[in-house]
Amino acid sequence: MLYLYVGIFMLLVSGFVATVLVLARLISPGRRSSTKAQTYETGETTVTDPWRPFPVRYYVFALLFLIFDVEAAFLYPWAVIYRELGVYGFVEMIIFVSILAVGLIYAWKKGALKWV
Amino acid sequence: MQTALNVLEAEPVRLLISFGAILFLVLNLAGILTMAERKTAAYIQLRFGPNRVGPRGLLQPAADVVKLFTKENVSPGRSDLWVFLAAPIAMFIPAALVWLVIPFSPNAVVADLNVAILFFVGITSISALGVVMAGYGSRSTFSLLGALRGAAQMISYEVPLILSLLGVVMLTGSLSLVDVVRAQGGGFWHWYFLPQLPMFITFYIAGLAEVKRVPFDLPEGESEIVGGYMVEYSGMTWALIQASEFASMGLMSAINVTLFLGGWQPPFEFLDLGTFNWFWFGLKTALLMFTFQWIRWSLPRLRMDQLMDLGWKVLVPITLIWLFVTAGAMLIFQEVF
Repeated sequence: MLYLYVGIFMLLVSGFVATVLVLARLISPGRRSSTKAQTYETGETTVTDPWRPFPVRYYVFALLFLIFDVEAAFLYPWAVIYRELGVYGFVEMIIFVSILAVGLIYAWKKGALKWV
Repeated sequence: MQTALNVLEAEPVRLLISFGAILFLVLNLAGILTMAERKTAAYIQLRFGPNRVGPRGLLQPAADVVKLFTKENVSPGRSDLWVFLAAPIAMFIPAALVWLVIPFSPNAVVADLNVAILFFVGITSISALGVVMAGYGSRSTFSLLGALRGAAQMISYEVPLILSLLGVVMLTGSLSLVDVVRAQGGGFWHWYFLPQLPMFITFYIAGLAEVKRVPFDLPEGESEIVGGYMVEYSGMTWALIQASEFASMGLMSAINVTLFLGGWQPPFEFLDLGTFNWFWFGLKTALLMFTFQWIRWSLPRLRMDQLMDLGWKVLVPITLIWLFVTAGAMLIFQEVF
């Protein structure tokens, strides 16, 4: 029931924003010209197309993010019932996080975290 | 009287009322925060700021909205128009939707989800998608530069942001924000910012980066890439992006207050206002939002490599270490917690 709430809310909010955009388009003036349709490039004419491959280091950070995000997804249920788990949970978590921390240190030493 | 209240509690009416209230809150928050931002900047720099429209310039946001509504919406000719126009929507949804799960006062929460913290974490990462959509859709060099920086920054700071919430979850034993606030009752020394101080600071810094505020405003960087991912936006589309940025700044403060500063709990027990405890929630959130603005006019922008170093080499290790410390302390001093 509550999740239905969230879903309906999401639809309503996006509907509201879309309505505002349509309204603004109706109210505001719209005189098109080829100069206006150019992309902004500090007064120069754009020569290159920005849709081209970009540096690979973004990919490395995306991979690291993915690893740690999934780790956090596993840690949340553990954190909720930590009180019941006691020593067993503590040891389990140390092993789990240590493996990932070793991964982070490895990436660090390899220079994957270096932004140049 | 009672029947009228019952009608308000009935289902479709309650949904519509809460939708209206939250939309009202978000839009007004954005308006007031733009005003507050300009006034804070002005007073820090010994100026007056906007003071023409209305008494002391208080009606300036209203005038801004009217102006932006009647401005032309220019979109670049070769842009991917659908992605370009969907980006403001993708940015506005996270800024508005998370208010659903925030408890304003003891009984005022729209949807008390039992996974509210996960919901917050999941929904805020949509805004990174909005930034990439805006930058890629406009097909402009500056936009794409800003969007890529934004994506790198937001996913990097997402990691410490998520990990810094774990301490609170462990101490509460629940993911519901209502439970988190209830567990912090009884004076400010029971709030989680004291046992979780490193996590609190980490969350604050990561929150600053997540809403792209100075000193982490590289995606916008108006002095180098002239506005970054929103350089091609104008009129109402630009206003919506700006509004969602300000609203998400308010949202980050509200979440911070809920998790670490006791939500609607009063600082001392004798100051309990009952239903009107939303006053304490509002006061704390406003103070936190003011510190966001204060920082903006005090600190210079970080460089990209400094930004990444701070995120990965400082904040992530701090959260992991404090996770161990919290777990160990809870194990050793079981009777205290």
